Amino acid sequence: MIGASIPRVEDKRRLRGVARYIADIQRPGMLHAAIFRSQFGHARLIRADISRARAMPGVVAVVAFEDLNGVGPIPMRLEPSEDLYRALQRPLASDRLRYVGEPIAVIVAENRYLAEDALEMIELEVEELEVHVDARSASKAEAAEIHPGVARNIAHRFVTETGNIEDGIASADAVLEEDFYVQRHSAVPLETRGLVAEYDEAREMLTVWGPTKVVHFNHGVLAKLLDMPPSRIRMIEVEVGGGFGVRGEFYPEDYLIPFLARKLCRPVRWIEDRNEHLKSANHSREQSHRLRVGYRNDGRIVAFDDHLLTAMGAYIRTHGATLPTMAAAYMPGPYKLDNYRCDAHCVLVNKTPAGTYRGPGRFGASFVRERAIDMIARRLQLDPAEVRLRNFIPTELMPYSTGTMAFDTPTVYDSGDYAKQLKRALDEFQYQKRKSWCREQRAAGRAVGIGMACFVEKTGGGPWEYARVEIDTSGEVVIYSGAADVGQGVETVLSQIVADTLSIQIGRIRVVHGDTSLVPFGVGAFGSRSTVVGGSAALRAAQDLEKQLFGFAETALQADRADLSLQNGSVVAKGGSSIPYGELAALSMPSSARDLGIKPGISAEAVFHVDRMAFPYGVHLALLDVDQKTGFIKILKYLIAFDVGRAINPMLVKGQIIGGFAQGLGGALLEEFAYDDAGQLLSGSLMDYLLPSCIEVPDVDLVLTEESPSPLNPLGVKGAGEGGVVAVGAALANAVCDAFEGLVDIRRLPLRPETVLELAQAAKQARRGG
Amino acid sequence: MKPPPFEYYAPSTLDEALRLLRDLGPDARPLAGGQSLVPMMNFRLVRPRYVIDLNRIPNFGYVRLNSDVLQIGAMTRHREVEHSEVIKNQWPLLAEVMKHVAHVQIRSRGTIGGSLSHADPSAELPAAIAALEGTLILRSHSGTRRLRPHEYFMGALTTAAEPDELLVEIQLPTLPAGTSAAFDELSRRRGDFAIVGVATVVKCNAVAEITFARLTFTGVGEKYFRAHDAEEYLVGRKATSSVIAEAARMATSTLDPPSDIHASSNYRRQTAEVVAERVMARAIGQQGVMV
Amino acid sequence: MTIRHAITVEINGRTFQSEVEGRRLLCDYIREDVGLYGTHVGCEHGVCGACTILWDDQPVRSCLAFAIQADGAKLFTVEGLAPAANELHPLQQAFTDVHALQCGFCTPGILMTLLALLKHNKNPTSDAIRESLSGNLCRCTGYHNILTAAQLAAERMAD
Repeated sequence: MIGASIPRVEDKRRLRGVARYIADIQRPGMLHAAIFRSQFGHARLIRADISRARAMPGVVAVVAFEDLNGVGPIPMRLEPSEDLYRALQRPLASDRLRYVGEPIAVIVAENRYLAEDALEMIELEVEELEVHVDARSASKAEAAEIHPGVARNIAHRFVTETGNIEDGIASADAVLEEDFYVQRHSAVPLETRGLVAEYDEAREMLTVWGPTKVVHFNHGVLAKLLDMPPSRIRMIEVEVGGGFGVRGEFYPEDYLIPFLARKLCRPVRWIEDRNEHLKSANHSREQSHRLRVGYRNDGRIVAFDDHLLTAMGAYIRTHGATLPTMAAAYMPGPYKLDNYRCDAHCVLVNKTPAGTYRGPGRFGASFVRERAIDMIARRLQLDPAEVRLRNFIPTELMPYSTGTMAFDTPTVYDSGDYAKQLKRALDEFQYQKRKSWCREQRAAGRAVGIGMACFVEKTGGGPWEYARVEIDTSGEVVIYSGAADVGQGVETVLSQIVADTLSIQIGRIRVVHGDTSLVPFGVGAFGSRSTVVGGSAALRAAQDLEKQLFGFAETALQADRADLSLQNGSVVAKGGSSIPYGELAALSMPSSARDLGIKPGISAEAVFHVDRMAFPYGVHLALLDVDQKTGFIKILKYLIAFDVGRAINPMLVKGQIIGGFAQGLGGALLEEFAYDDAGQLLSGSLMDYLLPSCIEVPDVDLVLTEESPSPLNPLGVKGAGEGGVVAVGAALANAVCDAFEGLVDIRRLPLRPETVLELAQAAKQARRGG
Repeated sequence: MKPPPFEYYAPSTLDEALRLLRDLGPDARPLAGGQSLVPMMNFRLVRPRYVIDLNRIPNFGYVRLNSDVLQIGAMTRHREVEHSEVIKNQWPLLAEVMKHVAHVQIRSRGTIGGSLSHADPSAELPAAIAALEGTLILRSHSGTRRLRPHEYFMGALTTAAEPDELLVEIQLPTLPAGTSAAFDELSRRRGDFAIVGVATVVKCNAVAEITFARLTFTGVGEKYFRAHDAEEYLVGRKATSSVIAEAARMATSTLDPPSDIHASSNYRRQTAEVVAERVMARAIGQQGVMV
Repeated sequence: MTIRHAITVEINGRTFQSEVEGRRLLCDYIREDVGLYGTHVGCEHGVCGACTILWDDQPVRSCLAFAIQADGAKLFTVEGLAPAANELHPLQQAFTDVHALQCGFCTPGILMTLLALLKHNKNPTSDAIRESLSGNLCRCTGYHNILTAAQLAAERMAD
């Protein structure tokens, strides 16, 4: 089962249209919420008049900040720096509106249509304030403070440093100084967010459907904010329509909807609409870098100095300083940067707050780093592959400490052979042949080019994951996991792992996750950790269960342990006798268990702890053709070589890579949260925020390898969720620059056709001039 | 994003629909395919008090050749126009343009009349109808009007139709025998509104001289643009790449297209010229003339 | 007082009689009034395609029609595809065979679009398949396996 590309157990219900997503949950007497959101980028909220809204037909309640009993701000989950507390978000705005989309009031009505009618009846009195949508201008001394006391809108600053930057610069033969920018974009899953909350007044129990990703953490947060004992709250994860990091964090609505359910003693449902989603679910990716890279004439980088501004948004949310931390910790990638510094800033701007999105901080870091390398290669007239090879961390140095830190953990690459991977990728791509072809075509006037980007991904983060495996009296195996399903196939992967250990058919396994009443502990699904940590926990629990099965079977079959084996759902003895698991489960009931002198039940729990990440790695290679008169790009060939250590289900791993690639493509070419100077979100619909369709996503050649298993977990796996996305912007930008023979440089994303046309025209000018 | 409340009417004859339009006044909106109107209603950008559903009126969608004139009922679905044999054969420009109109699901419900009366500045159909010198037939309870495209399309999302008038039919005259047509557009993604789009119909004689030329643009202003000057320039000249280039330059030199988050005015103008050149070269190529 | 209109709609071969407000969207009617939740709502402005159903055999965005307009219409949704509880339609089978879905949210809409395509074109080229799916967005799979599944289903259904 492990290593087999079997079809997923999740598929059938989703294909038949009977899988239940949050908008499919119906509760008797359910009410519907709609949220009144700020239309102002920055304003003092003087008054919100909800009286007319309250009087609208079908309206049951309208709440504003004063109804929330002074509830505190939503706490941070990751990288919670002290100084970020000043800028946390409360569930509703009180006296200031800081971004378009900020929740001000909630209307609860008999149906969503009536709730939206009532939204239009709320009147605001505001005093508009200075708006900042750009991190550089927001962090100037004279900029108005978005949060009083947060000077220059810099909510947090930290410096990561290894070696000595100035020594490095001094020893360089030349220094590259460049500014880079990556645009604001984010996950935009196809399903918007939603919640259903129901309060059983009689038993004082609150149930919330819809949480995902980090259900147990959110459970704790909600209990605190509602001032309720955690054991009186049950969170239940339902089917999830994609997460990518954005869905499942604790948002204002995650407090408001349960709060209302408890207040009104009627179930309350909130389903986000698309316009709301674009302006209230976490944004991400927006970074400005000021780079100084010192290098030798042979291409070796001797100093890498990055001044980073991360445009966070108007508030700090659950991710704290994660975004710049990721960029800073993983900027070095696969390269040996002995003198590296990142001076990182969380800058507040009047935009929707930001959080993690697939490969957070790393999409931008890869873009910057890989562009810089290509710029150096161009200046030295060296092959960009050669420059990379000269800078790679040699495999002999594994495990390799980069000298950076994230989540209180030093970054130590566990295993990897970057040079081998690049060479393999270049080989598969027929790099030399295609390079010659490009030269010929360019001589004939076409703009075709090859771009590459190497990356190291961070996966399998801890601190732990929980699993319990049980067998019922019919022989059905149930895995209780602290992981979450955001659509990625975690049920299948866990089933494969347990099926292998327990020698049982996949169809006899069921996975329970995301239900806080059934799964006592959990960390969740993020940072490509479900297989690594969740899978390892399930493996350990299954291995313990194996021991229990043998234990019971020794007695039941009167056989020696050495003569027992697990075969297809039964324990089999050498002599030929066997007993199916279900019967053993029956024997394990308390009465007979006591007689046998053992603990009742066939159930094993495990917590897999991990304090180091696992680092898969790879290469993206792109060959493209630029229409020099329109700026449109046609990708002729794209290859991704990715080493994941070990693939439990190669078909699912490939699916993750291709899916990630499509998102990376969107980020490189199409997607952008555009704002005007008044802080109005211009991309408020899917006609303006452009998600790639099947026409825009080309075929990708995948080279999936398992060269460098991770020594950090019993499966040897590294997570695969983010490797497809992080290097796409870099590879495409490098390819476009190559198409123009380095006569122009790309320093910004996205590569809109208009932008590329300007580059084409600049290249043409440069050719004429020189 | 639920629409605001409205009163719904579903007249079963055209006369009934026209009477309703007259009686209910400017707060009434006709509902054709709904592919443009309903999204705007869901966004609450448009809030008609009365919606007059035209979908129950029989014989409102048709493609009929009536001696030399093609008559297309306003409620003809895009899909029908796309697959019509007579249109493919005799008005291939229209068939080609249909491929660029949104996506298959939109074309199932969307209608030619609905699209034209919506008059989006970046829509493909107005430019196509203009290139084909179609006539728009409007009816109200008090009478009928026949408008040329330049009389019908007034500006962004604005036509000359009075609040009590309905577009009921589009008529296309037969083109001279032997013409070739081509359409192309630039858009960020397949099916999106055009950044720029160009439609052309041409004919060359035996010595590669252009004897007939139509050239229209979409996405370059408040409404479609017909490049009369460029058309005049082309007729009588030998079809060469420099002649085409000059025509494209002439056609686009006075344009002042809008800017939005997808493209600036400058980009639209520049690429309008490029697309015009390419589209003309293709159409002329279909005439057997290599430029 | 809100006027409600009586409508009769056939969905997956069954007839439903209801009363709806004029503005009730067809997607909301199918899901919440009829109880067929397989059709998903992703954008409510006609871009994502998650709400695609078949209306008189044509693929249509159910978020862009009012329920009342479907009075007398024959609709088909994803729930009508599988022939029995333990059997999958060849399209569905092909999807699971080649991992053409991840979160599954876009899947019903895509199945409906492909069903319509294969009804009218038993032997579609890969270009024709791609063209037909241009109006169905997927955020998880990157489309590759969806195109493979469609081709595979077409081959199997042609046999």
